[in-house]
Amino acid sequence: MESTQTPSHAGSTNPSRLTVTFDDQITRYFVIATAIWGFVGMLVGALIALQLPYWQANMGEYLSFGRLRPLHTNAVIFAFAGNAIFAAIYYSTQRLLKTRMFSDTMSRFHFWGWQAIIVSAALTLPLGITTSKEYAELEWPIDVAIAVVWVVFAINFFLTLRQRREKHMYVAIWFYIATIVTIAVLHIGNSLAMPATLFKSYPVYAGVQDAFIQWWYGHNAVAFFLTTPFLGLMYYFLPKAAERPVFSYRLSIVHFWSLVFIYIWAGPHHLNYTSLPEWAVTLGMTFSVMLWMPSWGGMINGLFTLRGAWHKLRDSVVLKMFVIGITFYGMSTFEGPMLSVKTVNALSHYTDWTVGHAHAGALGWNGFMTFGMIYWLLPRLYRTDLWSGKLANTHFWIGTIGMLLYVIALYSAGVTQGLMWRAFDDAGRLVYPDFMETVIQIIPMYWVRLVGGTLYLAGMVMLLINLFMTIQTAKDKPVDASIHVAA
Amino acid sequence: MEGWPLVFTVVTTLAILVGGTVEFLPLVLVDEHAPTIETVTPYTPLEVAGRDIYISQGCVSCHSQQVRPFRDEIERYGEYSKPGEAIYDRPFLWGSKRTGPDLARVGGKYPDLWHVRHMENPRSTTPNSIMPPYPWLLRKSLDFDGIPGRLNALKKLGTPYSDAEVENGAAAARAQAIQIARNVSANGGPSGLEDKEITALVAYLQRLGADLKKAGG
Repeated sequence: MESTQTPSHAGSTNPSRLTVTFDDQITRYFVIATAIWGFVGMLVGALIALQLPYWQANMGEYLSFGRLRPLHTNAVIFAFAGNAIFAAIYYSTQRLLKTRMFSDTMSRFHFWGWQAIIVSAALTLPLGITTSKEYAELEWPIDVAIAVVWVVFAINFFLTLRQRREKHMYVAIWFYIATIVTIAVLHIGNSLAMPATLFKSYPVYAGVQDAFIQWWYGHNAVAFFLTTPFLGLMYYFLPKAAERPVFSYRLSIVHFWSLVFIYIWAGPHHLNYTSLPEWAVTLGMTFSVMLWMPSWGGMINGLFTLRGAWHKLRDSVVLKMFVIGITFYGMSTFEGPMLSVKTVNALSHYTDWTVGHAHAGALGWNGFMTFGMIYWLLPRLYRTDLWSGKLANTHFWIGTIGMLLYVIALYSAGVTQGLMWRAFDDAGRLVYPDFMETVIQIIPMYWVRLVGGTLYLAGMVMLLINLFMTIQTAKDKPVDASIHVAA
Repeated sequence: MEGWPLVFTVVTTLAILVGGTVEFLPLVLVDEHAPTIETVTPYTPLEVAGRDIYISQGCVSCHSQQVRPFRDEIERYGEYSKPGEAIYDRPFLWGSKRTGPDLARVGGKYPDLWHVRHMENPRSTTPNSIMPPYPWLLRKSLDFDGIPGRLNALKKLGTPYSDAEVENGAAAARAQAIQIARNVSANGGPSGLEDKEITALVAYLQRLGADLKKAGG
């Protein structure tokens, strides 16, 4: 164990006090990686959004929609959101536990290992090396690497927890624990496969079982990669930015335990009306509806933390982004349970409504919480003012307008196509027997979605510029923060 | 509990394990969830190769293989999907998005040549289609020699291939490919496709839903 906690040498201070220096360099790494991969992932997203209404944008085997769509989803989930949650975890855990991370070596292994996994995904997916299971497309050698890196991250985190100087674990830490444990279980459970070659494997599950396991994983990747760690992020950074304590401790206990217990059951709502047995689907739907309450518990705890601080939104782009992020969290966690209800799902499933719903969560909640965190962190990590507050404010507006256009376009595309598929005339025949008619109808919406997505991407570029200019203006080598604690 | 990380972690782990376990165990333990359909048999060696091409090209991004038990879907696609149809599907390919139509019942719907033309240029068979073209499937050679290794992995997982079927996988695939290629060229399509990836993909697409039709579904 590397000890970086040396007794304070300042002569006049109490000799029984230690200076603990935090490892902020690891947070800087993860923040920069978040911004770069966020740009890459969203750029690929814009390209595949173009490929839908304009097939000519499919550029050969390696850059066609089928190959790039998983690259987009993996990049934004595991590279953009992934690096963002690691930045949040490394920054806040050290401060909440009043200790440096247990091992700098493990932290760096985690960082570089994760980036290597992302690069290998960016190389293998365009080559068509894929399992085809959504958000778990990477083939078995990369799956093994993910498991190894995750376990090292977990060991480093839990040993840091053991050496903590604050007995009580703050709410954010609970959500990090749930994330670390559950992602390990989900990833290993869903990736079990028999290799046929170095780049091809077949899952140990077949048919109905494989479908169930995949959506147990897929839905809970949303739960424990895109929800719980971001709630942890919210519980740390929102009160910091608002300079207000969290609204209700009791609410955080209730919504934490109900959220982690209920979320896991909800996977089968992705398989409504399929060959999955009726009882499993109904169970999934029921728990999905119940999930609305713990989800809104988090939203309420977030928004009410701003009680008496709403005037601060005027001057704080960080708070503005958090408020939009939490609001979108509330909207998509209302929409999710609604879409899981069978009668609604019968219309929405297989249409762009699902894609719109996913992006309300991803762009609004994950994106804006990440942006808010980065704008809050940059001045603190580099001990200088943000390069341009104006640019950050423009990012806020262009991002908000972009995602509104995006989701509204896809909601109307989804509802339109869903209604056309099921339309019967008076003689009892399909009104649109030719599938192509239902495609042509929604192409204008695909263009609007592309415009919305491009605006959002433009905001991401603004963040990237602001980040690098802020680093440029911080002339000196960045200093890590430290605190004094009782020896 | 917030001061006891070990207890906290253990309780959290138990909380997240309950739901998945309760839902998954019956799917494994109760046989009737995937009732056997007698006409459902394992994919032929060429179909396995074709299925893997379907996976590799990312077809599942835009095409589902799951007809829901609704009047409009049965009218549009055919008989709704049964659990027993998927018992050899590793992975399952039910999909989550229909940018293009469902393919669970596409087998036998069009001639082999239609599929070749459609993959080469989707707009030649389907005006206004937004599907990307896949002309390289008509050029790239199929890896016949890799087929036995794939069959062997599937056999280890429980697909009932005999040792002889695994061993002769490449030869069996070549034989089926020659038939498809002949059929394509005899109908005025390009010749020389018997060792190309497209024949495997066509073989797989023509198999979709075929087992259920045999059962009179």
